Amino acid sequence: MFLMFESFKNDFYRNFVKNDRYIYLVKGLGVTLKVTFFALIVGLVIGILIATIRSTHDTTHTTKYRGPMHHFLQILLSIGNFLCNIYLTVIRGTPSTVQLMIIYFVIFGSVSIDKSIVAICAFGINSGAYVAEIIRGGIMSIDKGQFEAGRSLGFGYISTMRYIIIPQAFKNVLPALGNEMIVLLKETSIAGYIALEDLTMGANIIRGQTYSAFMPLFAAAFIYLAIVMLLSTGVKKLENNSRANER
Amino acid sequence: MSEVIIDVKDLVVQFPTLRALDGVSVQISRGEVVAVIGPSGSGKSTFLRCINQLETPTSGHIFFEGKDVTDPKNDINKIRQRMGMVFQQFNLFPHMTILQNLTLAPMKLQHKSKEQAEAKAMELLKRVGLDDRAQNYPTQLSGGQKQRIAIVRALCMEPDVMLFDEPTSALDPEMVGEVLEVMRDLAKENMTMVVVTHEMGFAKEVASRVIFMENGHIIEENEPKQFFESPENQRLKDFLNKVL
Ligand SMILES: Nc1ncnc2c1ncn2[C@@H]1O[C@H](COP(=O)(O)OP(=O)(O)OP(=O)(O)O)[C@@H](O)[C@H]1O
Ligand SMILES: [Mg+2]
Repeated sequence: MFLMFESFKNDFYRNFVKNDRYIYLVKGLGVTLKVTFFALIVGLVIGILIATIRSTHDTTHTTKYRGPMHHFLQILLSIGNFLCNIYLTVIRGTPSTVQLMIIYFVIFGSVSIDKSIVAICAFGINSGAYVAEIIRGGIMSIDKGQFEAGRSLGFGYISTMRYIIIPQAFKNVLPALGNEMIVLLKETSIAGYIALEDLTMGANIIRGQTYSAFMPLFAAAFIYLAIVMLLSTGVKKLENNSRANER
Repeated sequence: MSEVIIDVKDLVVQFPTLRALDGVSVQISRGEVVAVIGPSGSGKSTFLRCINQLETPTSGHIFFEGKDVTDPKNDINKIRQRMGMVFQQFNLFPHMTILQNLTLAPMKLQHKSKEQAEAKAMELLKRVGLDDRAQNYPTQLSGGQKQRIAIVRALCMEPDVMLFDEPTSALDPEMVGEVLEVMRDLAKENMTMVVVTHEMGFAKEVASRVIFMENGHIIEENEPKQFFESPENQRLKDFLNKVL
C-alpha cells in the first residue's frame, strides 16, 4: 500500500512538478478555452446569419408577389438559401479533422498565421453549421399563431421576428446551444493535428518527455470532465428555466 | 345607410387541391356586427383572414376604408394597424407580461410613450375586469382571461374594425360567457365587428347581420330575426336544425 502511494507520488512529481511540466497543462488549458470561446462566437454569428436566411426563405417563399423589389429579394433569398444548404451539407458531411487540416494546410498554407486563429476559424465554421440548425429549429418551433398575431397588429416581418419570434426561440434553444458548447470544447482536442498546443497536446508533450502515459492523459481527461460537468450544470439550469416558462 | 368600411369584391382563394373561397362579395358598413356561420371547412376563417391579408386571395379585391388591401402598393402593415384580430388560440406573447403584451404594438408602431400606452392599457384592462393581472404572464391566466386580454391587445391599437375567428371555440363552456360579454359591450360601443362563430345565441342577439357560408360561397345573409326564424335556403335550414 505504502509502496503504491510512493510510486504514485513519484509519478506525479515526474510528470507535473519536475521542470515545471504542469505548465504544459495550464497553457494548454488556456489555449483550449480560448479556442472554444472564440469559435463559439464565430459559430453563433455564422449560425444566426444562416438560420435567418434559411427560415426567412422557408417562411416567405410562398407569400404573394408584392412588387418588383419583393421579387428581387426573393431571388436573392433563394440564392442565399442554396449557398447555405451547400455549406451545411459539406460541413456536416465531412470530418472536422479534415476541415481543420484543409483550412490550415491548404487555405492558410502559404501565409504564416497564429495557429489558434486558424483553429478558431475552423472550429467556428464547423460549429456554425450545427448552431444554424439549432437556431432554425428554435425559430420553426414557435407556433405559427405567434407570427400571425404579430403581423395582425401591424408589425412587419422583421419586427415580428425581432420582438416576438426571436426572443422566444432564443430562450428555447439556450440549452441546445449550451450542449453545442460542450461538444465544441471536446472537439478542440483535435487541434494537435495542426500542432496547436492545446490541453490534449500539452498532455501529450509531457507523455513524450516522461515516457509515462497514465498521468498526463488522465490529468487531461480529468480537466475536460470537470469543465464539461460545470457546463452541464449550467445547461440543466437553463432547461429548468425554460420549462418553468412554458405555456 | 352609413359608410361602407369593408367592401369585398369577388374574392377567390384557390388552394392546390381545393377552392376555399369561390367568388365572395360582401359589403360591411361602419358600426355593423356581422356574424359569419357555416359548417367546418366552408371557408369562414379563410374569408376573415383575407380581410387583413393573413391569407392571400388568388383573385378579387378587398377595399378597407377605400384602400385596396390586396394592392401591393398599399402598406399592409399600416392597414393592419386599423384592424384588430382575435384568434381562436389567443396567441398572447408568452415571454411578455400582460401589460407588455398590450403596450408593445402601441409603443413600437404608434410611437406612444410608455406612460401613454400603459395608461390606455390599464383603462381597457379595468373595463374587462383584469387590471389586477397586468403584471402576470399569459401562462398564469385561464382561457377566458387570456381571450379577454387578446381582445384588449387588439383594442389598444384603437382599430376601426375587429375581426374575430371563433373566439370562444377553444374555451371551456363556463368561460364562454365572460368573453361574449366583452364582445357584446364592444358592439354596444358601435365597434364594427366581423365574427366567425358557432355561438348562435350571440349571432341572434348581438349581430346586425348574419352570413351563412358553405363550400366557399355566401349562401344566405340577412338580419338575425329573419335569418333564424325564416331561413330560405334548404342547406341553411338543415344547418340550423343541426346546431340549434
Ligand atoms: N393553407 C391551406 N392549404 C390548403 N387548404 C387549406 C388551407 N387553409 C385552409 N384550407 C382548406 O380550405 C377550406 C376552408 O378552410 P377554413 O379554415 O376557411 O374553413 P372554416 O369554415 O374556418 O372551418 P372551421 O369551422 O373548421 O374553422 C378547408 O377545407 C381547409 O381544409
Ligand atoms: Mg375556421
